[in-house]
Amino acid sequence: MTNISTENKKVLPTGEDLGGAKQEFNITVYTENQIGLLNRIAIIFTRRKINIDSLNTSPSEIDSIHRFTIVINETEDVVRKLCRQIEKQVEVLKVYYHTNADVIWQEMALYKVSTNVIAEQVSVERLLRENGARAVVIRKDYTVFETTGHREETESLIKILQPFGLIEFVRSARVAIIKDSEGFNAKLREFERLEPGEEVIENEYLNQGQKVFTM
Amino acid sequence: MEVAQQELPAPAKTKETVEVSGSVALLESLIAEGTDTIFGYPGGAIMPIYDALYDYNEKLNHVLVRHEQGGIHAGQGYARTSGKVGVVFATSGPGATNLVTGLADAQIDSTPLVCITGQVFAHLLGTDAFQETDVINITTPVTKWNYQVTDANEIPEVIAKAFYIARSGRPGPVLIDITKNAQIQKFNFEGYTACNHIRSYRPKPIVRKQYVEEAAALINQAKKPFVLFGQGVILGSAEQEFKAFIEKAGIPAAWTILGVGAIPTDHPLNVGMLGMHGNYGPNVLTNECDVLIAIGMRFDDRVTGRLDKYAKQAKVIHLDIDPAEIDKNVQTTVPVWGDCKETLPLLTELVEAKQHTEWLAKFNDYTRQEVEAVIHNELNPSTEEMTMGEVVRVLNELTGGDAVIVTDVGQHQMVGCRYAKFNKTRSNVTSGGLGTMGFALPAAIGAKFGAQDRPVVAIIGDGGFQMTLQELGTIMQTGIDVKIIILNNRFLGMVRQWQELFNERRYSFVDIQSPDFVRVASGYGIAGKTVNDRAELTPALEQMLNHDGSFLLEVMVTKENNVFPMVPQGCSVSEIRLK
Repeated sequence: MTNISTENKKVLPTGEDLGGAKQEFNITVYTENQIGLLNRIAIIFTRRKINIDSLNTSPSEIDSIHRFTIVINETEDVVRKLCRQIEKQVEVLKVYYHTNADVIWQEMALYKVSTNVIAEQVSVERLLRENGARAVVIRKDYTVFETTGHREETESLIKILQPFGLIEFVRSARVAIIKDSEGFNAKLREFERLEPGEEVIENEYLNQGQKVFTM
Repeated sequence: MEVAQQELPAPAKTKETVEVSGSVALLESLIAEGTDTIFGYPGGAIMPIYDALYDYNEKLNHVLVRHEQGGIHAGQGYARTSGKVGVVFATSGPGATNLVTGLADAQIDSTPLVCITGQVFAHLLGTDAFQETDVINITTPVTKWNYQVTDANEIPEVIAKAFYIARSGRPGPVLIDITKNAQIQKFNFEGYTACNHIRSYRPKPIVRKQYVEEAAALINQAKKPFVLFGQGVILGSAEQEFKAFIEKAGIPAAWTILGVGAIPTDHPLNVGMLGMHGNYGPNVLTNECDVLIAIGMRFDDRVTGRLDKYAKQAKVIHLDIDPAEIDKNVQTTVPVWGDCKETLPLLTELVEAKQHTEWLAKFNDYTRQEVEAVIHNELNPSTEEMTMGEVVRVLNELTGGDAVIVTDVGQHQMVGCRYAKFNKTRSNVTSGGLGTMGFALPAAIGAKFGAQDRPVVAIIGDGGFQMTLQELGTIMQTGIDVKIIILNNRFLGMVRQWQELFNERRYSFVDIQSPDFVRVASGYGIAGKTVNDRAELTPALEQMLNHDGSFLLEVMVTKENNVFPMVPQGCSVSEIRLK
C-alpha cells in the first residue's frame, strides 16, 4: 500500500524540476466525522492554488470513520507534501496517495435526452448499448441514462449524445478502492491505543525525489 | 484541579454531579487546566461568561486589554515566557475577527493558546445576527484546531481537548467558539477530566532508532558539522539535552530568531544568528559545512535565502516533531522524527566526543571580519547620532543578560535579536514568522504576567509602537511593570532600508510622524523620558530599569541607518553582504 511514507514506494517518472511529472493522483483520507473538516482539508489545496479535480466523501468500511477520495493532477513531490499537511489535521487519521494504476476507480454519469429522439433514431439506442449505458427513468418527454466507468468512457458518451440533443449531463466524484489495501480496521485499533505501533506512525521519507519543491 | 474539587465534589469518585451553567463549567475547566491569567475583552455574546467571571476574581486574574489584538498578543507573550497555554477571551463578530492576526502569528510561531470567543445564540447562526461572524471558518487556516460549542454539555470535554491540542506535539493556537445559549444553559457538570489521547491525533512521531543511528554515523564522519537550532529546543524544554549534545560533539551552533536563548549568548559553541540579517559566519559557512544538523527549526525563507543554492554540498539531518516539516523546504538525508527532548539524548549517546577546533576557528575568523566591518561601528559608533545597536549594548551592560527582551518588527527587531545578550531560555519574545508590527507592547504585558520575577524590556520602533499603543491603558490599569524602549528613527526603517538599497531611495510612505511619546505615556500615568544625547543614554537606561513600575524611554537614533549584514532577497546565504 502506498501511503505518504514509503510502504511499497512507487517508482514514478522523474521530471527535471519538480520531482516527477504531473499526473493524476488519488488521495484517500480516513477521518473522524466532524463538521468543518471538509473545509480544513479543502483549504490545504486552495491555499497553494491547486485545483481539486474531484472530491468525494463517504462512509468507510468502519462505522464512524469517514473517507475522502480526492483527485488532483500534480507531481508526486507536491502530492506527498499535501498529504503530510492533511495528515497533520487533528481529525485526520491517515492519508494515502496512489496513482490511477494502484486503484480501482469509477465515476458515475447521468444523461438526459429527449425520448422522441431515441424512439425515432435507432442508432442512438445502439450507441447507448455499446457504451454500457442503462436507462434509469423513461418518460414520455425525456429519458435518463446512467453509465459508470472511467473518465474517458463517460466523456465519450457526451460526445456521442451531443448531436442528438443532450439536454442535461452530470458526473459524480470519483470513488476509488485501493488495490492492495487490507482495509483500515487493524490500523484503527492501533490508533485507539495510547502507544501505537510503528505500523501507523511511519516516519521514513528517505530520498524520494531529489529536487526541492518551490512554490 | 484542587480548587475545582473543593468547590465541586469530585464526581469521578462520588458519582455526584452539580448543575452549573456552561459559563461556570468553562471557568472551572480553565482552573483545572492550571489557568491563572486570562487576557480578554467583554462584549454582548460573551456576557454570560463574564458574568460568571465576576465570582471568580480570586482564582482567575482577568486582564482587561484595550483591543482584542492586544489581548491575544499578550496571551502569546504569556505563553512564551511561562511555557504555559495562554488564554484569551473575546466576544463574537469584531471581537473575534480582531484575534485573527494574533492567531496567525501564534500558528506560524507554534505558540500554545486557547482562545474562547462568544457567539450569537445557536438559533441565530447564519441569520446575519448582530455581531455574528463565521468565526470558525475565518479562523480555520490560522488555528491548529477550532470548534464551535452549541450545547453546554460539550464544554468540559472540548476544553480538555483544546488544552491538550494546544500544548502537545508542535504547539499552536486553538479557538473555541461558544454560542450564548450554551454559556447560559444549565447542565450536570460531572467534573473535569484532562485529555491525553485523541485517536486521530498523533502529537509526536515515534522515534526510530535506525535514523538516530544513521544520523550519529553521519555526524561522527563529519569534518565540518554545523548545527542550526530553532524554537523547537525551547518548546520541547530540551535546552539541557541540546547543550549536552553540541558540547559532546563539539559542533558550532547557530540560531534562528525564535531559537535564541536556548543556549546562552556567550556559550563558546554559539556562533550566532542565521538568515537575512544573521551573522556573517553562520550564513557563509552553511554553504561549506559537510553535515547540517537542523534541530527544531523549519528552514524559513528568511533563514535559507535562495533554496537551490542552500547547503547543496551538505548531508542534512533534520530533527523535528512535525512530520510535515521534513523535506518541506530542504531535502533531508536523515530525518530524525520526534520530540528533541527524546531524540537528542539518544543522539548524544551515539556521537563521539570531539572538538572541531579548526572548523570553529573559521566561524571566529568571520566574526572578526564582521566585528570590524559592522558590529564595532554599530555598538560603539563614532558618529554624533546614536545607533540602535549601542542602546542594546548599554542595556546588556546594565541587565547582564537576565532580562526578557520583547521586540516588535523591523530594524530594531533585527538589531535587538542580533545584539541582545541572553543568559536564560524563554527570554526572547518576538513575532518571527508573521512579522506582526504592533506585537511588542501587548506581548510584553503578557510576558511580564508569565514571568513576574524577571525584568521585561520591550524594544519597539516608532512605527510599531503606534500600531498598538492603546495597550498603555492596560499597563495603567493593571500596574504591571514593563519597561518600554522606543528606538525612534523617524522612519519605517526596514522598508526605508529596502527602498534605499533596491528602489533607488524612492522613499515611498516611510516618513512617519510620531506624537510626543513621553507625553502620551504621561497621559496614561506612565513615567518617561526622551534621550537625544549619548551622554544621557546610560543614566536614562539606569533610571528606566530602576524605576518602580513601567517606564517609557524614547531614544532618538540615526535616521538612515541600515541593518547589516544582509542576504538580499533572491540571493544565496553565502552571498551575504557586509555593506
